[in-house]
Amino acid sequence: MTEEPLLVIKNLHAKVGDTPILRGIDLTVRRGEVHAIMGPNGSGKSTLAHVLAGREGYHVTAGAVRYDGKDLLALPPEERAREGVFLAFQYPVEIPGVATTYFLRTALNAIRKHRGLEPLDAIDFLALLKEKMKFVDMDEALMKRSVNEGFSGGEKKRNEILQMAVLDPKLAILDETDSGLDIDALRIVADGVNALRNEEHAVIAVTHYQRLLTYLVPDVVHVLLDGRIVRSGGKGLALELEEKGYASFEKEASGAIG
Amino acid sequence: MAAADGYVATFERLDGSRPPRLRDLRHAAIARFAALGFPTTALEEWKYTDVTALAEVPFRAGATPAAPTADRRRLDELRLATSIELVFIDGCYAPALSAHEGIPRGVTVTSLSRAMIEHPDLVSAHLGQYANYQDHAFTALNTAFADDGAFVHLSRGAVFRTPIHLLFLSTAAREPTMACPRTLIVAGEASEATVIESYASADDATSFTNAVSEIVVGPHASVTHYKLQQEGARAFHIATIEARQGTGSRFASHAISLGALLSRTDINTTMEAEGTTCTFDGLYLAGGDQHVDHHTSIDHRRPHGTSRELYKGILDGRATGVFNGKVFVRPRAQKSDAQQMNKNLLLSDDAVINTKPQLEIFADDVKCSHGATIGRLSDDALFYLRARGIDAPTARQVLIYAFANELIERIGVAPLRERLGRALRRRLPGLLQAGDTA
Repeated sequence: MTEEPLLVIKNLHAKVGDTPILRGIDLTVRRGEVHAIMGPNGSGKSTLAHVLAGREGYHVTAGAVRYDGKDLLALPPEERAREGVFLAFQYPVEIPGVATTYFLRTALNAIRKHRGLEPLDAIDFLALLKEKMKFVDMDEALMKRSVNEGFSGGEKKRNEILQMAVLDPKLAILDETDSGLDIDALRIVADGVNALRNEEHAVIAVTHYQRLLTYLVPDVVHVLLDGRIVRSGGKGLALELEEKGYASFEKEASGAIG
Repeated sequence: MAAADGYVATFERLDGSRPPRLRDLRHAAIARFAALGFPTTALEEWKYTDVTALAEVPFRAGATPAAPTADRRRLDELRLATSIELVFIDGCYAPALSAHEGIPRGVTVTSLSRAMIEHPDLVSAHLGQYANYQDHAFTALNTAFADDGAFVHLSRGAVFRTPIHLLFLSTAAREPTMACPRTLIVAGEASEATVIESYASADDATSFTNAVSEIVVGPHASVTHYKLQQEGARAFHIATIEARQGTGSRFASHAISLGALLSRTDINTTMEAEGTTCTFDGLYLAGGDQHVDHHTSIDHRRPHGTSRELYKGILDGRATGVFNGKVFVRPRAQKSDAQQMNKNLLLSDDAVINTKPQLEIFADDVKCSHGATIGRLSDDALFYLRARGIDAPTARQVLIYAFANELIERIGVAPLRERLGRALRRRLPGLLQAGDTA
């Protein structure tokens, strides 16, 4: 018996300001799967991630998104998060004056409340946090700071995955989580995500380069060009992209669209 | 001048019955007030603060109630957990409500009226010597009418770590009342003290607090001063804090303004000797129709002085705020190091801030910087919090609290810091759901 996919995107069109970016995205993600979305700059990768997370300023002009049986686009960002959508930001913002532990505990308790669970007090939360920090080899000292304050690029990315570990989302969208990372940091991030993989949850990894996918092996790879998915395939597709470049797919794309 | 005349007439009526000591000073002050009248917006220093509404109210002046009374419960809310607490009701000392146990030798904490009897020479030597009543009408008015306030003296080497709380409560129970508390703090050489002045009034009281504090920081002495203004919705609050700093001295000023319909605070320090340090921290919150104005002045007159100023404002509703921060670096003040910053958060379209950092530098071997920002809550930060499951109203409160917290954290007196955190959370209700502590 096939159960309903976790995420079904149908003919999604979206613009940023007056500029159309997404021009008809179709995508189905089933539980337990890891999908990679690869594309050159300007293809709409980040736009897709932000539209799914519910960022203001991104206007959906056509299409639908069904998530876990619900109309995702009808929900405000906090509702989506409570329903288990998690966006790992490409550029995590620094929030001086907001303690990391306070922020994460507040977020977790909002999600727990939604799931009908009791909130965690400060002590239990700290115990949970300590345990999860092992997933990303995070320095305890960083947790004493304000959110992302003074974090290096690599630390910010690892902090995103740490939050993912704590909040336990159903659908994790990694927005170019590999950008700006050296090989070691990349492995830590990939290991962290891999450790969180299971049959119930899904991951969409939006990325420019193939190398993350060596460690975070996808089930499906999609090529995104000019706001459309022009090709989908297995993990081999990522290597093909690496060898041939996006340009070869552009020809294919313009040829395919009639 | 009509508004000022009323006060002059009252002064003349009461003059004969007031203590003879300092009569000359009082007379000089009322003469100046009569000449100046209330400031108008034509004056540069009062450009954005219109005191017409204040000037038009016939506040009762020179009140000396037989026995100051107050709502005990209200008082208990305002107390801080410290053993030295002088309570003033409508400007008059209330010994029965005060606590002054365990004051060591070398330290004097008493009412100004008692100090004028017990330490007359000390008082005469300093009172009225620093706060400028010649040019500042409200200071002149206070100097003319002040009957009481606090006197703190530390003799040479006296290090006193217990915070001294001066609690000023306005009741204005029967009619609009003006209180003129006058505080004098004299810290001898190498002494140390922490003084907290807090001001409050009943929400329905039409009160006018016109306070002046003079602070003398002796050579190598350290004075930490807090001013907490939590007056009611109909209160007028005008205050001046005037400090003088000797060699190697340290003056840390924290000014927190939360209440009053109209609030204007002037905080000035003159660093008239070498190697002095001052830090000016300020936090002001205003909403509704509140108006809050801070004018500060840091005067580097000698070499090797260090000053750091950080004022932050949060404005909502139709509130208006003013910040004017002057930093002077005089010709002889080489190697001065001055940093000044004013940051404002506007939460509504109608809130207005007028900010003017004013650096006047006359020496050439100095390090000075200043800045002012006016902004809204960061959209990126808001989205980040919402994308993690925190609802929009709570996310806003978290960020507003974070903005203020930088200054709250710097309050060294734990009960005061906690009081302020609670006051802030009360004004930002969403936070109470978010977590135990922020």
